Amino acid sequence: MATRHSRSAARLMMAPAVILLLGWMLVPLTMTLWFSFREFLPLRGGDMGWVGFDNYARFVTSSAFWPSIQTTLLIVGGVLLITVVLGVLLALLLDQPMWGQGVVRILVIAPFFVMPTVSALVWKNMFMDPVNGLFAHLWKAFGATPVEWLSQASMFSIILIVAWQWLPFATLILLTAIQSLDSEQLEAAEMDGAPALKRFWFIILPHLGRAITVVILIQTIFLLSVFAEIFVTTQGSFGTRTLTYLIFQRVLESQNVGLGSAGGVYAIILANIVAIFLMRIVGKNLDR
Amino acid sequence: MARAVTPRRKALTTALAWAIGFLIFFPILWTILTSFKTEAEAIASPPKFLFFDWTLENYGVVQDRSNYMRFLWNSVIIAGGSTLLGILVAVPAAWSMAFVPSRRTKDILMWMLSTKMLPAVGVLYPIYLIFIKLGLLDTRIGLIVVLMLINLPIIVWMLYTYFREIPGEILEAARMDGASLRDEILYVLTPMAVPGIASTILLNFILAWNEAFWTLNLTAANAGPLTAFIASYSSPEGLFFAKLSAASTMAIAPILILGWFSQKQLVRGLTFGAVK
Repeated sequence: MATRHSRSAARLMMAPAVILLLGWMLVPLTMTLWFSFREFLPLRGGDMGWVGFDNYARFVTSSAFWPSIQTTLLIVGGVLLITVVLGVLLALLLDQPMWGQGVVRILVIAPFFVMPTVSALVWKNMFMDPVNGLFAHLWKAFGATPVEWLSQASMFSIILIVAWQWLPFATLILLTAIQSLDSEQLEAAEMDGAPALKRFWFIILPHLGRAITVVILIQTIFLLSVFAEIFVTTQGSFGTRTLTYLIFQRVLESQNVGLGSAGGVYAIILANIVAIFLMRIVGKNLDR
Repeated sequence: MARAVTPRRKALTTALAWAIGFLIFFPILWTILTSFKTEAEAIASPPKFLFFDWTLENYGVVQDRSNYMRFLWNSVIIAGGSTLLGILVAVPAAWSMAFVPSRRTKDILMWMLSTKMLPAVGVLYPIYLIFIKLGLLDTRIGLIVVLMLINLPIIVWMLYTYFREIPGEILEAARMDGASLRDEILYVLTPMAVPGIASTILLNFILAWNEAFWTLNLTAANAGPLTAFIASYSSPEGLFFAKLSAASTMAIAPILILGWFSQKQLVRGLTFGAVK
């Protein structure tokens, strides 16, 4: 249907977006790659030349590296586990007939719209503060000693905060998926006497498979780069230094750009491994 | 969905769902409530839920001490500017991909998506350096450009999925009737595309408003939006619960309201059309 004329017009219309994104991707990426092979300390001598793969080796062998990978995986894994399991249960619940469904839905989704710095600070101070926080009051009411959440249970606290932010996302997407399930199939199974657990296991869960995969992949992309929640709570102390935070510290706090850039390249590789799987799923959907 | 259930079961489901909804919403509710307390009542033990002397004084104090309005204005300009700029760039691109698809369209879309996967921290220093060289550090225009670029893939994708739902036959009919490309876009396409464009604007405004990596790392006193404003309450001001709450409430209220309108679009936008 397209004429030659409209083809070239189409190309012209695509050009700004493509050029901008190409620049946005290539320029900083090339610079990061370039810095990663150099000894570059902007405040202590500047660019001191080519060092080959030294930065890559030093980044991996530094004592902070493996703990940061462990922390990253723990946060990503913990949040995924909580949000997917609770998300499925919540979506099932919200799909049931009830009074005031719209309002409940709004209440459940709300945390997603809270900016990360606000949710981190509200949790840190108003809930987890060991003296005046709500949890401290609750603990005292039961005669227990208040917990210093962000130092004694730092990982649990961060995971709790981030999971609270992402549970709405998982719930919303899974709910959308459940609602697209053909209810006749469920009714037929119910009439045939299949118990609720079996209906869930053999009909609902397989139907949700794709949505769950999408939730896991998209959340992983975002969770790998969790930043503000750590920046305003523990600043990476008490074992909460993720790979993202470690690189941030190397680059901006200790101004070791070469080392930080090598770390950045690792982070990019890590994110791309996840991205490949996500893109496969999205790509399949395009063909339909 | 009309499934028959007993009233008893419906009542039970309702109670359970409301309880869980309340629990999830509670931190936000607590923040809003605390913002109307005095500092002494905010840390009272046992905590006071509803029966305290409601006061508006915290809102005044926050504005006086940290010039809330300037941060708010920065947020509006940065989120709004980056969204509009993104729409201007993305509408023609999405239009051409949806209506004049070529063999490479799918590859281009996938490639755009892949730029979104680039972890921000991996390019932190280059962007920082470019910003210093161009004098963009701590300016609104710098952030507008960066946020536009990071959200551009989502904008293009959302618009593409909306545009693709517009039947192509209508365009052909218009073309048969002798409409030019300009007429086609202006009189046929635009009216049908407005709802999709509006939802895209809404979702991206929210995403830009809440963005908290670049806004924290590329701004200081001058161009800082509300994310940076709240981060400055990290300590020791954060221990003044009532003021922290007032500041937080003001930072999230506009987006909570907008967000409630965008639930449906959220799914489409954030899953790149993989779940509808």
